[in-house]
Amino acid sequence: MAGRDPLAADLAEYCLRLGDDRLVLGHRLSEWCGHAPVLEEELALGNVALDLLDQASLLLEQSARLGGVARSADELAFFREVTGFRNLLLVEQPNGDFAMTIARQYLFDVFDVHLSVALQASADSALASLCERIGKEAAYHLRHSREWMLRLGDGTEESHGRMQRALDELWAFTAEPFEADELTRRLIEARVVVDPQALREPWCEQVRATLAEAGLDAPEASQPMQSGGRRGRHGEALGRMLSEMQSVARAFPGASW
Amino acid sequence: MDAPRDTQGLLWEVFVQEEGGAAHVHAGSVHAADREMALQSARDVYARRGRVASVWVVESAAIAATAPADRASFFEPAFDKVYRHPQFYKVPRGVRGI
Repeated sequence: MAGRDPLAADLAEYCLRLGDDRLVLGHRLSEWCGHAPVLEEELALGNVALDLLDQASLLLEQSARLGGVARSADELAFFREVTGFRNLLLVEQPNGDFAMTIARQYLFDVFDVHLSVALQASADSALASLCERIGKEAAYHLRHSREWMLRLGDGTEESHGRMQRALDELWAFTAEPFEADELTRRLIEARVVVDPQALREPWCEQVRATLAEAGLDAPEASQPMQSGGRRGRHGEALGRMLSEMQSVARAFPGASW
Repeated sequence: MDAPRDTQGLLWEVFVQEEGGAAHVHAGSVHAADREMALQSARDVYARRGRVASVWVVESAAIAATAPADRASFFEPAFDKVYRHPQFYKVPRGVRGI
């Protein structure tokens, strides 16, 4: 966009990243509707999903406003191809069993709490106030997922085994949230966002404390880590998820419900 | 015959307070394995819509309740003694919530 503030374009992309994290994770959680282990947990997962989808729509709208490319949050959600999505690989991982869903949620929630607290000091007042709201929701999400981590990790042999497997499988996706690329560095320079690397140590400390309390082993830190979500390089599972999520909007373009 | 085994955990009664100072009112019940999860379930089931200031959960088994058979001895003696009712007293103006 000629003449457009380059910082606005960067911030548009940044909001798209945060929005996509929430859109994809929220949709993943909503896949539990009708399948959760008990009614109470079905409602709990649904509530978290609704919080995340609401955050996604605010962030995507903000991204659309700043970027001026797509017109609405709906267009961004339903009419981008998989390579256009900018979410973390962690959040697109399939639900698996309940332990996998909870582990994925917990690892994200700890990051989300630290990120949203830090971003409340952003030089961009819209982002700062959005993150104030996100911070409150994230704090509850974390309380919920952390309590389940403790109960599954320190529960039966079966639940412990499943939770350990889930952690081992998801650990490779836990470096990506703390990566900073050129775009992030420009925004850090402008004090619009925080350096995600600064969040890594507090994240590790908090996660390790919970795992210890739950009697779970922290997976090997030196294993090869996965990344690429921020550049649109996703696993095939996201393509399948999007084809379902986008099918109605694409079959009936412009329909409202 | 044995009752079907409940695999959803313990039963908890949920009490919701709409604003500080008001009474906690029974809202319903949830299943959960322990206090913390019961509190979270209560929040998700009964406190997500509308204003809520506080939530209590109490294990249903901890509640002592009268049985229908207790009705005659517990309550009926009060029915015909209207002088025990507070309607004869004037409530001072400005007092609410009574």
